[in-house]
Amino acid sequence: MSVSMEPLEVTVRPVERPPENALRRVVDRNRAPLGTLAVFVVMIAIFMAASPSVFLRWPIYESVLVTLPVALCLVAPLVFVVTVGEIDLSFPATMGFSAWTFALVVHAGLSPFLGIAAALVTGMLLGACVGALVVTANLSSLIATLGMNYMLRGLILIATQGKSIPLLDLQDTTAGALFSSEFLGVPAQTFWALAFVVFAGLLFNRHRFGARVKAVGDNPDSAALMGVNVARIRIWTFVFMGLGAALAGVFSTMVNFTWWPTTGDGYLLPAIASVFVGGTPTWGGVGTIAGGAIGALIVSFIQSGIVAAGLSGFYVQFFNGLIIILALLGHRWNQKRYR
Amino acid sequence: MGERLIELRNIAKSYGRVFAVGGVNFHVDRGEVVGLIGDNGAGKSTLIKMLSGAIRPTSGEILVRGEAASNWDAARSRAAGIETVFQDRALCVQQSIIRNIFLGRELTGALGWLRSKRERAEAERLMREIGFTSKVFSPDSIVGQLSGGERQGVALARAIYNKADLIVMDEPTTALSLTETEKVFRFVRAVRASGRSVLFIGHNIHHVFDISERFVVMDRGRVALTATKEEIGSAERLIAVMERLAHPQGIEVPGGSGHGREAA
Repeated sequence: MSVSMEPLEVTVRPVERPPENALRRVVDRNRAPLGTLAVFVVMIAIFMAASPSVFLRWPIYESVLVTLPVALCLVAPLVFVVTVGEIDLSFPATMGFSAWTFALVVHAGLSPFLGIAAALVTGMLLGACVGALVVTANLSSLIATLGMNYMLRGLILIATQGKSIPLLDLQDTTAGALFSSEFLGVPAQTFWALAFVVFAGLLFNRHRFGARVKAVGDNPDSAALMGVNVARIRIWTFVFMGLGAALAGVFSTMVNFTWWPTTGDGYLLPAIASVFVGGTPTWGGVGTIAGGAIGALIVSFIQSGIVAAGLSGFYVQFFNGLIIILALLGHRWNQKRYR
Repeated sequence: MGERLIELRNIAKSYGRVFAVGGVNFHVDRGEVVGLIGDNGAGKSTLIKMLSGAIRPTSGEILVRGEAASNWDAARSRAAGIETVFQDRALCVQQSIIRNIFLGRELTGALGWLRSKRERAEAERLMREIGFTSKVFSPDSIVGQLSGGERQGVALARAIYNKADLIVMDEPTTALSLTETEKVFRFVRAVRASGRSVLFIGHNIHHVFDISERFVVMDRGRVALTATKEEIGSAERLIAVMERLAHPQGIEVPGGSGHGREAA
């Protein structure tokens, strides 16, 4: 008998994992967003101590809330892209391009809602193109999306000759009331953006799509062996990124009621930084939408915060970088990587 | 034997000019445990990857319950009732046990939203069913936290969900401890007792001999021998066959019948 020839192995497993209770489980499963929240609280506390006259009053928060909705619309889908194991550097141009469609429709005298629909469709189509390029042609998403960003922005500049489109009539429309007004002293866009973040969070954590995005980012071979269409999931994450970029484009156009050929340009690095400051790791398979949203809040706050705290604008970049590095170090210590 | 569950007819797989599998006939009937053995490079892994839809054969036919299958891929293989426990277990180690069990087959309600409570209940039932329960891990535990045997448990739980007709196990006992191996054997017997089939691939001939009723021996991309347990007689004789295949000087097959059997 072969079995008796093998050495008898008695495994006495020490109980290294303590029995779980509900609170511990919640904390354990949300380490990354909770860590990010801690960074945010500490940062605000420092700002408050440095400049109580500014940070204990509302206006500074309101000014952050003007750009935050745009950032949130970009960061939430970007978490999907990073989790599936890719990166997208083309969303600023997609954002500008979709907003351009919106501006053209509105400028032609058509309903702003039709314009929004056109922008969303444009964004998703551009996302599908980028996704198809990366997935079907099997290109590195880092380089391919960088190229797409330049190309799309170039197309915009060639077609418009660098001219902006004023949309001042928007102010008095229903769409203007829905997306540009204030509600309880808070820009209405904040609520729409929060709704989008909640939707993205549900999609990420409670939907088949999110489950498969994580599986593909975790181990694409395993996912494929279990019958997941890996290419399709990857392309859809880029489509979702296009949707978020279009939404961001519409929102940013409706802040100033003007479309600029450069719309979206300034959001590339802050949005990417927000994802990683939020606690989504670079290696794929795991990510956090809530963390990304708080990350966007942190990144948005640094700029206004530094200046409001009395430092000159020259300090902004330094502190931007400092916060990113400290957040990454914190997450590195906080998260475990399983192989 | 029962119904012919799956049949590969004259299946070949080549990479460029190199044939990994060249013209193999192979079948599994309902309710039998088939042992697939052969040296490294004999084509076992290629064969089961074609069964599980991971790779497409270069030529040949795949028949599921007597009907020719078209556009064979991983999703279709699973839909046809074939579950594969891969050698590397094909798990996503950063995900929970639940997510791995339902990978590619999520339980969803309207519009693709997950039915988390049902998934959790089903996962608990499955883990209990195959005896991989513990106080130290729950269905929400991350697979990367588990030991090798526990991970194997997750792969097995995934395979028995959906009442698959055929479970393909690629070297399921490699790198497992004795007690864990015994658990895998118990699993195979339980599957067999419920009238389903197992294709058991292994390097340890004693393991394969103990658990299987029929043997398919592969050698350099071909089926060298198909024989039942009675025809072979003992694990030692099976090992002797393997040795003669490795040193081919007049192959005498003890009690078995050679290539021709499958085509008949």
